[in-house]
Amino acid sequence: MSAMQKLPRLTPKQESVPVWPACWAVLRRDLLSSLRQRQDLFNPLVFFVMVVSLFPLGVSPEKAFLSEAGAGILWVAALLSTLLSLDHLFRHDFEEGVLEQLLLQPQPLYLIVLTKVFAHWLVTGVPLILMTPLLGLMLQLDGNSIACLCLTLLLGTPVLSFIGAIGAALTLGLRSAGILLSLLVIPLYIPVLIFGTGTVMAAGQGLPITSHLALLGALLVLALTCAPFATAAALRISVSNS
Amino acid sequence: MWQFFHKLGSPKWFYGIAGRLMPWFLVPGLLLLLTGIVWGLAFAPPDYLQGNSYRIIYIHVPTAFLAQACYVMMAAAGLVTLVWRLKLADVFVKAVAPVGAVVTFLALFTGSVWGKPTWGTWWIWDARLTSMLILLFLYFGVIALGNAIADEKSAARAVAVLVLVGVVNIPIIKYSVEWWNTLHQPATLKLTEKPSMPPEMWVPLVLSIVGLYLLFGWLACLRMQTEILHRERRARWVRELVE
Repeated sequence: MSAMQKLPRLTPKQESVPVWPACWAVLRRDLLSSLRQRQDLFNPLVFFVMVVSLFPLGVSPEKAFLSEAGAGILWVAALLSTLLSLDHLFRHDFEEGVLEQLLLQPQPLYLIVLTKVFAHWLVTGVPLILMTPLLGLMLQLDGNSIACLCLTLLLGTPVLSFIGAIGAALTLGLRSAGILLSLLVIPLYIPVLIFGTGTVMAAGQGLPITSHLALLGALLVLALTCAPFATAAALRISVSNS
Repeated sequence: MWQFFHKLGSPKWFYGIAGRLMPWFLVPGLLLLLTGIVWGLAFAPPDYLQGNSYRIIYIHVPTAFLAQACYVMMAAAGLVTLVWRLKLADVFVKAVAPVGAVVTFLALFTGSVWGKPTWGTWWIWDARLTSMLILLFLYFGVIALGNAIADEKSAARAVAVLVLVGVVNIPIIKYSVEWWNTLHQPATLKLTEKPSMPPEMWVPLVLSIVGLYLLFGWLACLRMQTEILHRERRARWVRELVE
């Protein structure tokens, strides 16, 4: 009796797709491949240092100017350096056909994109943040400002990577991708830059910075949740185009 | 309903409809805009504080309204492109993006001309001006991306994604005067509240806003027709039309 009352299972049991092992594999692969192409790893960092050193030489080496503008200079340099490194984000995988395979995986593309961008941030964003205290000292920033600057970069550079990934995916495989990528992405970078430098300025004037940090955090959450969707859609378009 | 959608997807059908609609946009649009501007520039009372310099509002506010509305319309069309793959939606985005860029530039330009006598400076880096500048950059990006991708279908979808991402900027523009302390004054006209100006000031403003929207509709129809002719240049009906 009880056996008859049981409803028959109408849908076959879905085979569960292992998500985390796939993400882990993508992360490991991306980190390994960038470790083996060390030049790609160092170039954005060297670019960052060089752009920063242009300002004292080109504008003014005065302490007053540098401590006023230092945070902005470091942010702009970090932004440009991220912009340059975006080209590598999908290009190699695209040219080697790895990207197509990733698109065909049963795992959600959202998570794969998220992992790839995270890996990109680990090899480009984190070194910038680690380099910032040294450059901050060279730009005559005080300790408080440098700590605050590092904090804003920690919140801000992932946003730059996530927004940039959309642009990188949209311009994948185009002839003049580099300049076009900058054109698409810079307008979207401006708010991050404004809030990032605004935080350091507030700290320099002794104002509370929690509201600024909260806004940066909100930008990070927005980028983290929405940008991979757009990136995934853009990747599908670009790959189907080629 | 479905038949309507199918028809809407047909460029040939839209070409005919647009041709018939255009005079209805053009004539009232020109009349309203001319009335609004002449009324506003010559007959509306001067402002007690700004004197006559405020009169540029009759060009500045309509262009600024349209600059944002045009982007929102493009975003809606982008969504339609991605979801229903309607060809016409993409034709709209492509046809309208340069118009939006020009209108945004006009809004920035007239704002800057207005800023000189009232704020004493051509340009300040405050939230409203900066976010409008970002809007102009976004229009440039949309135009550039559309031109860079050779394949028409991919270009349409890529541009749609970009337009939808950029729509984040619209609420920032809208609320920038409320969220931050800026030199720019708060919204001039609101749908929900009574205007803070006397009728002889705001009626011409509303006239010129509606007039500019209608003219935009006319220009959009015209540019969409051109774009359709270009895209369907191999179709038989276009050849028959041209010959």
